[in-house]
Order: sequence, then C-alpha cells, then structure tokens
Amino acid sequence: MKPTSAPKTPSDPRSVQLTEDGKLRHFLTLGGLNKEILEEILDTADSFVSMGEQSVKKVPLLRGKTVVNLFFENSTRTRSTFELAAKRLSADVLNLDISTSATSKGETLMDTLQNLEAMGSDMFVIRHADSGAQHFIASQISPNVAIINAGDGRHAHPTQAMLDMYTIRKHKGDFAGLKVAIVGDILHSRVARSQIQALNILGAEEVRLIGPKTLLPQPLEQMGASLYTRMEDGLKDVDVVIMLRLQKERMDGALLPSESEFYRLYGLTTEKLSYAKPDAVVMHPGPINRGVEIESAVADGPQSLILNQVSYGIPIRMAVMSMAVSGQTQQKTKEVAANGAADIEQQGEASA
Amino acid sequence: MKITIRGGRLIDPAQQQDQVTDIHIDEGRILALGQAPAGFTPERTLHAEGQVIAPGLIDIGTHLREPGPSYKGTLRSETKAALAGGYTTLCCRPDTSPCIDSSAVVQQIMDKVELIGQAKVRPIGAMTKNLEGTHLSNMAGLQHSGCVAVSNMRNAIDNTLILRRCFEYASTFDLRVVFYPEDSWLRGDGCAHEGALASRLGLAGIPAAAEAIGLSRVLHLVAVTGVRIHFSALSTAQAVEMIAEAQAKGLPVTADTTMAHLIYTEAEIDGYNSQFFVQPPLRSESDREALRQGVRDGVLSVISSAHLPHEEAAKMAPFAASEPGMATLETLLSQGLELVESGVLSLPQLIERLTSGPAKAMGLNAGQLTEGQWADLIVFDPEASWQVKDSDLFTAGENSPLTGSTLKGQVQIALVNGQIAFER
Repeated sequence: MKPTSAPKTPSDPRSVQLTEDGKLRHFLTLGGLNKEILEEILDTADSFVSMGEQSVKKVPLLRGKTVVNLFFENSTRTRSTFELAAKRLSADVLNLDISTSATSKGETLMDTLQNLEAMGSDMFVIRHADSGAQHFIASQISPNVAIINAGDGRHAHPTQAMLDMYTIRKHKGDFAGLKVAIVGDILHSRVARSQIQALNILGAEEVRLIGPKTLLPQPLEQMGASLYTRMEDGLKDVDVVIMLRLQKERMDGALLPSESEFYRLYGLTTEKLSYAKPDAVVMHPGPINRGVEIESAVADGPQSLILNQVSYGIPIRMAVMSMAVSGQTQQKTKEVAANGAADIEQQGEASA
Repeated sequence: MKITIRGGRLIDPAQQQDQVTDIHIDEGRILALGQAPAGFTPERTLHAEGQVIAPGLIDIGTHLREPGPSYKGTLRSETKAALAGGYTTLCCRPDTSPCIDSSAVVQQIMDKVELIGQAKVRPIGAMTKNLEGTHLSNMAGLQHSGCVAVSNMRNAIDNTLILRRCFEYASTFDLRVVFYPEDSWLRGDGCAHEGALASRLGLAGIPAAAEAIGLSRVLHLVAVTGVRIHFSALSTAQAVEMIAEAQAKGLPVTADTTMAHLIYTEAEIDGYNSQFFVQPPLRSESDREALRQGVRDGVLSVISSAHLPHEEAAKMAPFAASEPGMATLETLLSQGLELVESGVLSLPQLIERLTSGPAKAMGLNAGQLTEGQWADLIVFDPEASWQVKDSDLFTAGENSPLTGSTLKGQVQIALVNGQIAFER
C-alpha cells in the first residue's frame, strides 16, 4: 500500500547534510556518505597535519566566518579541539555552554537557536544529549548555517570516528583486510555507531563488537558488525582494538555488577592484547579509566595510539569545517546564480 | 425535525445491512428504513446518491484536553473535529488536568458538552485517585455521573495487589476497565520500537515484550476477578495472539489497535520525524500485518483514533524530547478507506470496527441504524478528494502527520440525535 504520509520535517539525515552536487554542507552522521567523501576528509586533514608543525599555524579558509560552539552537554576535549580547529582556520569563535543556563530559564531549544542565528552565525558545532537533535536543528534553521555534529545522544559522533579512521589509516595504510574490534559499552556509545559506519564505508574486512549482552545493542546483524562476548574470541587476529569509555553510572542501572568484574572480563590487559595480531594497535576515544577498561601498561605501551588520536582531532575538525563551509558557499553561489537567471528571465518577459 | 435521507448506500454492519435505501428520521430517532411510513412528510430531504450512510463513528480513548491546557484543544474544538471526521460519540480519556477522578469533573464535562451540542461524550473515569495507582477512585460515583468505564491510562500500577483490587471493585458494579498494557520497567525511557532501526538512530527502544508482559499480567487477573476489560492501542503481534487465546477461553476481553498502527510502521521515524512519535511506538512490518489480521478476524473488534492534539511547539524538539501523539479524528475515516481500497478490510468491516465494535466494547446502546434508535449517523462521500491543511482542520491540534497530503473520503453530514450537527 502506498503510504499517505507527507512528513512535515525534511526526513533523512543522510540526505539533509549534502548539497545537490553531493558535497558536505552539514556534517551530521556518516550514514549515507560515500567512500569518496570520507577519503576527502582524511586527505584534507592530511594537508592540515603538517601545518600543525609549522610556526604559523593558521590558514584563512574561514576568515570572516563566525563559528558557534554550542554544547548542551559538558565536554572539555572535544570543545577545545573544535575551538582550536576553528581558530586555525581564522574563524571568529563563540563558545556557549548551555548545558544548564538557557533551559533552566525556560528557553526552548528553538528559541536559543533562533537567537544565535539572528546574530549572523555561519556554523554551529553542536553537542546534545538527544539522538537526532542536530538533524532536527539542521531541518529547522536557515540552510546557510552549517551544522557540525559534535555528538548526539547515542546516535553519532562523526568527527571522533573520522579522527579514529585517520589514526588507523596513518598506521595501517589501508582499510582493506583490516579486522577491527570495538570493546565495551556499545549500547550507549555514539562513537561506536559512527565507527561501525565509517569502517564499513571505508572497506574494513570485519568489525567486531565485544561486550556483555547488557551493553550490546539489539539486534546487531544489520549494523555491519559481528558480535562477541569473550575477549579471547573477539580479539583473535585483529589489527585494531578500540576500547570505549565505561561510564560509572552503568553500575546503577544493573547493566554491570562491578568495575572489577568488568575489568577482569573485558579490561584490555597485556595478556588479552596478546590474542590480537602482534602488530595490533590500541585506540581509545578518551578520557580513559585506567584499571576499568584498560591497563596502564597497555594505555602507555608501544601499541597505544591514544595520544596520536588526540592530536589528529584538530586537523580532522579543520577538514570537516572547511569542507562544510565550501559546500555552503558553492550551494549559495549556485542558488544566487539560479535566482539571477530567473530574474533576468522575468525581466526579459516583462520587456518583451 | 423530520428528515429523509435519500438514495445512499446504507451500511449497518450490526444488522448486516448493505443496500441502497432511504432512511426516515423523526423526533430524533430513526423512524423507518426504505418506504416512508404513511403520512410522513419530511421537513428536510437530504440527497445521498453515490454516498455512504453509516452509523456515527464511536471512539474509545479520545483525548479532549478539557479540563486542561486550552491551547492543545477544548471540548468545543475537538467535538467539532469529531463530527467533521464522522464521530458522533467519544469515550474520552481520564488524564485531563485535573483528571477525571471525581463526579464534579464528570459533571463539568457533561454540562459543557450538552451546552456545545456537537458530538456526544461519554467519559472514561480514572481507575485510581489522581491516576496515581495507589487508592481506588470513587468508581460507583463516576459510573453514576456518566462514566462508561475506568482506566489508569499509561500510568503504571506496579503493585499487582492494588491492580487486583481495582478490577474487583470495578466488577462489583459491572464497570468496564480500559487498559493500556505495558511493563513500565521494560519501557523505561524508550521512545521507539526496539530493533535495528532504533539501534541505528540511537533511540532508546521499547521491546515488544513490554506489551506482552503487561498484557499477560492483567489477563491472569481478569481470569481471577472476571472484570470486563478492553485493551486499547495494542501494537504487537504477540498481543493479538494473546487476546485471541483469552477470547477462546471465554474471558470477557475486547481489544483495539489504533489506525496509525494499522497504517504505519517504525520506518516512518527514520529521519527523526517527531510527528510519528506515538505511544506505544509504531512497530515492525510483521506486527502491522498481525494487527491487520486481528482486525480482519475480529479479535480486535475496534479501531481507535488515539487522537491526542498538541500545539505545533510540542513537536518542535529532538525526537525523544518532543511530545508523543497525533491529531487523527478528521483523517481517520479516509485512512480506513485506504485499508478498504488496498483489500485489508471490506467497507462493512471497517465501519463495524468504528461503530458497533466500540459500542459493544463500551456497553453503549449505539452504533447501529435500527428503528427507534437515536439517529446518530453520518453521510460520507467515499470518493471525495481533499487536501489536509492545518488551517482547515477543526481540531486545535497542529500535529496531524498528514498535513499537506491528499486524502480520499470525506464526511458530508453528521446527525446527532436526529439533528444535523455538521454539514460540510
């Protein structure tokens, strides 16, 4: 039967974020993006990495643009790297921590956004506790403001996933043939969801999720990942091990009995790491809980890329921000040209 | 007023009537079908050639919003919307503000409804005081002042002993219970059907088992207490199966699903469209198929509207933060006709599930067109094509998911107690 629905809000987050020519104009999720765009992000980031080593670390790609960091959830590191990324692109940056202030005064999300839009912002970098919040915002405010997702609920954290992909590519060269294990609290993790999508798009051979069933989302078959409940099985022959942060509040919700049992079963120790390939690398989106999900000897060991990840955060965010602004500009130029042509046509008709 | 409606296709599933005939009305009641009685001269003749005459539709669980926030709806706006959608009787929900847990609130609603004079309203009272699930409400008093049933809506009664006492007390007065089965712990803060889509979207899921467990617990108490119960807004295949079993065992159980659950699946929420955020959540393709089969077989003898009007701002938020519910009264019949067109139901089946089905479930003497009955009936044009515009809808709700789309089938006339209450 033909559905009768005609949704009031533009629907698919995967199409909202692209221009008519398939360029990024927002960056909401990795779902629906193709390999070319992901590789373009990685390549663009590459060009910014070397820049970080120079004495003058700025390029003028976002000069005259206003970037607003809108964090409805607390974050120190992600916000700092977005701020640095925007400044290195020469943008003006406004940091707003609205985790408590605006909402406690009864201001709705829409009120807050419309105010900021009225101030002439060009880009919102948003973190929000509700899945889909950035997509909702992108569908409601002016299309000329680029929205960059800095994490929404359990849904997506695409810049984190891209810096992880950058780290993997840097150290493993190519994704073909790679086996990647993601360990821990997959259920609540937006990072894991974006990583699974990225790894599938970039052609990794296998993505494995390892954890107790209380921390794995249901069902898994369609996510492009296979499921393991034992580290010995899941880590066997993998090239990359990604550990996720375990939130302390998971103990209260009866998802886990104790940190010590979690560590015994799923904590990455030198011994468990030995199940993986000898040249396997270890990653973690941070901040790490030493002795809960990872042993200090592993976190600080030769196979760990945890600090490399942090340093790649800035070039990746510079890449995404500059690509979104360029997509926005191209789209605007195209629309202006189309409107101009229409105007000329109308004038022509009028004079004829 | 003496009225004759000529030449319509009269469908009255309760009498297994489906024929082109005339209907004559006098002193508010149906006087005769077919030939006019000798000496009957109508003061008004309505022509219904090519149209369908049916009993006025009856709803179980409409939210009328009054008493409560008037920007979401009022008795006046929603009973008018009801008539425009073909409903002549609404059994309204008790979770108003204040809730319907006292005769005073019932009386306030009944008085106002009489004053307005649009669709009839038969309130469903609160089963516990303030819907808190701890103390019994004055059920006998509620029944005496006009409530057709009691319900605790979606407010969980986790204490099974209190639930048993509620059922025992209600059955003392042969008062019906309307129940929305759901295990509140498994629901948690969920807002979508638990499955691959919710996982991908990062939305907290509600497993189908939440409904089955809630239902199973109550069915055992129905067997113990013998209370007459109606399960509303079922959403899963398991629930349909359990209801069929209970009915086969002879338990006094009726049930409904909503039109939204017959039309849509969870696929609608891909893209976080908050217009499709409803409780219980839209579920899988196989659930929808089982619900359709259940409605066809009569296991589900009622299709309900779950009409829940909201102002626009209520939906202007990220999915889980938006308010659940749809405004449906004015579009439901058209969606039902889509089910007829696609072969899911026959037209008489559809009408039965919207008229005599709910009348039986709520013990109302209504929903049929026999001589001597109050003339609550509608005339609709099954072919009329119309575009859904918020500004044209009578409901105060700005949350129809169908805004902008074109539907087929439109109510032309609604009679309540033999008076023309609505004419397009």
